[in-house]
Amino acid sequence: MSAGTARAGLPVTVEDQGEDRGRYLLDREGLLGPLLLLPAIAYIAALVGFPLVLAIAYSFSDVIVADQSIDWVGLDNFRAVVKTPNFQNALRNTFLFTIVSQVIVLVMANALAMVLAADFRGKRLVRFLTLLPWTTPIALAVLGWLWLLDNVYSPVDWLLREAGLLGPGTWLGPMGNVYWLSEPSKAQLVVLFVHIWRTLPLATVILLAGLTAIPQDVRDAANVDGAGFWRQLVYIRIPLLLPIMAVAVLFGMVFTFTDMTVVYVLTRGNSDTHVLASLAYFTGVESGSLAQGAAIALFLFPALVGIAVLMLRLARRTETN
Amino acid sequence: MDAKKLGARSVLYAAAGFFALFAALPFGWMILTIFKQNTDLYNPQYNPFLYNDPPTLGNIRLLLEDTQYLTFARNTLVVAILVVVITVVATVPAAYSLTRLAGRWGEGLGIGIFLVYLIPPTLLFIPLTRVVADLNVKNTIWAMVLVYPTFTIPFCTWLLMGFFKSIPWDIEEQAMIDGYSRLGAIWRTVIPVSVPGILTVVVFSVALTMHEFVYALAFVTSSNQKTISVGVTTELIRGDVFYWQALMAAAALVALPVALLYNLFLDRFIAGFTLGAVKG
Repeated sequence: MSAGTARAGLPVTVEDQGEDRGRYLLDREGLLGPLLLLPAIAYIAALVGFPLVLAIAYSFSDVIVADQSIDWVGLDNFRAVVKTPNFQNALRNTFLFTIVSQVIVLVMANALAMVLAADFRGKRLVRFLTLLPWTTPIALAVLGWLWLLDNVYSPVDWLLREAGLLGPGTWLGPMGNVYWLSEPSKAQLVVLFVHIWRTLPLATVILLAGLTAIPQDVRDAANVDGAGFWRQLVYIRIPLLLPIMAVAVLFGMVFTFTDMTVVYVLTRGNSDTHVLASLAYFTGVESGSLAQGAAIALFLFPALVGIAVLMLRLARRTETN
Repeated sequence: MDAKKLGARSVLYAAAGFFALFAALPFGWMILTIFKQNTDLYNPQYNPFLYNDPPTLGNIRLLLEDTQYLTFARNTLVVAILVVVITVVATVPAAYSLTRLAGRWGEGLGIGIFLVYLIPPTLLFIPLTRVVADLNVKNTIWAMVLVYPTFTIPFCTWLLMGFFKSIPWDIEEQAMIDGYSRLGAIWRTVIPVSVPGILTVVVFSVALTMHEFVYALAFVTSSNQKTISVGVTTELIRGDVFYWQALMAAAALVALPVALLYNLFLDRFIAGFTLGAVKG
């Protein structure tokens, strides 16, 4: 309001007519701000806020597809869900995939960001290719992996066979194929790998933005002082990039933690690969037990709130700097 | 010294090559597969990296003529256009209000709206299935038209706020001095210089629509209402019969153009995602 008065009043107050116009604008500005914001806020309130409340209500009720009336059952859904081995496995997978993938992504993204910050021939092509896992629709991209790791026609298996590592009497056993997605331990590794593959570009471009923002004089000073590659890395780059690395990791965590598409396309949750999100889908939609599905999905919420709080802190810190 | 420089260069090129191969591997494999004949593809004795039989375009023809791919494509296009319209209509005024009229709390509210983007579809799809059913749009493309703005609006409001902050506001004030009302000034001065920002909103609304999978999977079961991501992954894989070449063509034909589009506007995207932690 006060800013509005100053702005509207500033250039116009030369004559009477201008005074009137200034007041007229002032009246509008207090109204105009909320009015322009209203459609967006209303949309979000109706289709994000309300469903979020409904999700919580569902998880404390006995809704199923056939009977959608909400009768309260307290914590029954959570109790029933937590006991199942499927849930315990999904919970473990969700955290394992998220944490392990983001640790590896952080290391790889630093390397890739350094590559993309340098100048070399074919850089634009390399940038386009390395970003593909993030810029392409995830379900379609994962189809490529599904076919690459096919039980019979996987070219990876073919290479292993040609190298004498796969097949009867070899290191990887008597079978002619690895069956990447049919055995739990292998399938879980594949899902983890695809998450790394998928979130690496996002972390990289975020780090790259941070890297190019390191002031040139800092780098020049380090060069003049004769600091080598590793010294510069440890004493200059990493400390300066720490906040932006945190941003990259937090986004990567959100997208890995809440994803169900990778699991859905690769295994449909078979081979013990379920994560919370995919288990919620199969419980809530395919089996029609909405309340239990909502309860499973709700386990995502506390971690997401925690991540959001960390992000807000980071944003505030950079603001005050 | 020179040897050292040469060493550094070769490490750089090796790393670039490694990362490019790592990222592009499944896409390269898609493209190689598309043009293979069945006799070539399904012979385990053959070297899978070569065309042992002459390449063919028959698989693409199969995809376009014998599957519902074009229906999926049309549905996706309709959803994308309508989502773009809703998003632009909601975000341009919202972002303007937050950067120009809201004063100190505009930035905070903007970050709050951006955080809504991080509430995942996997948390909301169960109650939203109920909502779209109550609104009689379940199992139609309208369900997606209705729900997709829930993630495009937060994301694009944030993007546009960043854009609006860089506009020199004297032009707007000058227009008001010249006698235009506030809305008139916005229309005549702010909107024209915002065209690149609005274009970014259009591009990312389309890209996010193409990327979305979970809602489309949960809301739509009729194959003639499906969009590409879901249609391709559920309708073209049926039972034991995988039409791998057609499937790979279906994926690549959409994925690569979307990637190109994304790349053109990447800088804006990153500026949004760094939360202001980078000030260049």
